[in-house]
Amino acid sequence: MNGPKLLEEYVGRLSTSMGAFFPGERVVFRGQNLFTSLKDLDWLELYLYGISGRRYSSQQMRVLHVLWTHNSYPDARLWNNRVAALAGTARSTGPLGISAAIAVSEAKIYGGASQLRCSEFLTRAKKLVDDGADLEALVRAEIKEKRGIGGYGRPIISTDERIAPIMVIVREQGLENGPHLKLAFEVERILLQGRWRWHMNSVGLTAALCADFGMSPLEYYLGAVPVFLAGMPPCYLDAADKPEGQLFPLPCRMLSYEGVPHRRWHAANPAIQAAE
Amino acid sequence: METIYTRIWQEQAEPDNAFAALSCHCHGYDVYGELLAQASWIEYLFLLFRGEAPTKQHARLLEGLAIALANPGPRDASVHAAMCGGVGGSTSASCLMAALAVGAGASGGAREVFNAMQDWQARGTDLALWQSGLAEKQVNDLADVWPAAGHPAGFDPYGVRCTTPVLQTLAHLAALDCAPSLGWLQANRAALEIAAGLPLAMVGVAAAALRDLGCTPEQGEMLFLLLRLPGAAVHALEQRDSGYKNFPFFRIELENDPGPVTASTQHAANSDGEKA
Repeated sequence: MNGPKLLEEYVGRLSTSMGAFFPGERVVFRGQNLFTSLKDLDWLELYLYGISGRRYSSQQMRVLHVLWTHNSYPDARLWNNRVAALAGTARSTGPLGISAAIAVSEAKIYGGASQLRCSEFLTRAKKLVDDGADLEALVRAEIKEKRGIGGYGRPIISTDERIAPIMVIVREQGLENGPHLKLAFEVERILLQGRWRWHMNSVGLTAALCADFGMSPLEYYLGAVPVFLAGMPPCYLDAADKPEGQLFPLPCRMLSYEGVPHRRWHAANPAIQAAE
Repeated sequence: METIYTRIWQEQAEPDNAFAALSCHCHGYDVYGELLAQASWIEYLFLLFRGEAPTKQHARLLEGLAIALANPGPRDASVHAAMCGGVGGSTSASCLMAALAVGAGASGGAREVFNAMQDWQARGTDLALWQSGLAEKQVNDLADVWPAAGHPAGFDPYGVRCTTPVLQTLAHLAALDCAPSLGWLQANRAALEIAAGLPLAMVGVAAAALRDLGCTPEQGEMLFLLLRLPGAAVHALEQRDSGYKNFPFFRIELENDPGPVTASTQHAANSDGEKA
């Protein structure tokens, strides 16, 4: 069956194992009763359970919480946070500003796309190295094909202040010997010894740890959606608390025009003139 | 001083207010001194994206495309999403954000336009290249944030034959004296549909039209997102007025329902919680 006949099969109904709400009675969340079986999960644990259907050990959850908290910076200069802050200064709503800021966080040079690329590379490289491939050759091939490796290098500065404090917690929990984490540091060593001079950034560390915890690239990428979230409401509130329009006001002189000189509309386009 | 560089927009400040523009020039044209009185909205839209005034034919092509895309109708996923915002009384911006998020996708959305325009860049009007490309299986790139659509870009995954509105739009736009890609698409539609195993979709017509307008795939993706918003807006407003009781809620079939909480399951859940 295909085409419209196939679509007819799905009109008006959803067949799923993800969950449902029974009004006035209960909620089923991936096969578990939300109010009984899952009642002791904290928010992040529930969020990650919703993505993978798996539970993580208490040591892993401790590290996962740190990965999430250590990536939320209440700095309105950061491009994604700035969206939330601009919503505040423009007197838009908090949810609009924050949800737009989360959407913007799916960027190529940081955030979502970088997270997915990094996780995919590390998990693929791990399998290939296990099968006997040379890691340095894999790194070179990845850079040649994609002009970079997600999780290494940084747009503004080269080192990442998150690595050391996160690793303290990782060691505390005895999770520093995971195979993906070791491979991620080995990739950094190759990049630093080569001409690239790229340090591992927080994405590289986070992707490696999550891979060691059993997350697929897609599970990690979706799990990381709220990774910057906690830093956004402060940016919104700060701007919203101050008088309107006072966040990063831009005078005309800050625009540097690099386009064509002034010209006349009709003179430039006789076809439009003739049509009128 | 920190600066925003732009080839699009030039402002001269009012003599007594650095934050207010005395004049605004878009790609060299005086927006409020000349375009406001002499350009149509479609001409201005073309100018913004392409940097040049459109020919009469290009303006007609963009206007025709804008009408064809303005309202995909309430069955379209992007409009459906906007209506989900409207029916619950969500903010207007969230309704449009919902339409943009859903209408961005690689199946029926702006990413499909982007992919189809990339196909045009690679294959041009070489029918053999199109036929071999359309026969290739879609592969999901695990490192790409965009999931693969599962069908060749520009074609209707559930279509039986090319629909009348698609044929009408293709015929109208291809007849304009500035649309070589659309003309080629019209002439070779049957062969392309055989190669794809699917009928041409509106997305495919839009991709060819945007190519004929001189847009890059990135510009085409943006314009497609923009041009479909009017329908999303009005259907969201309509559902806001109509109310949730008149909006489908659908039926759900849960494949792994643990069932209602009984005294024994409640006791077991409590015991599990105590153990944890």
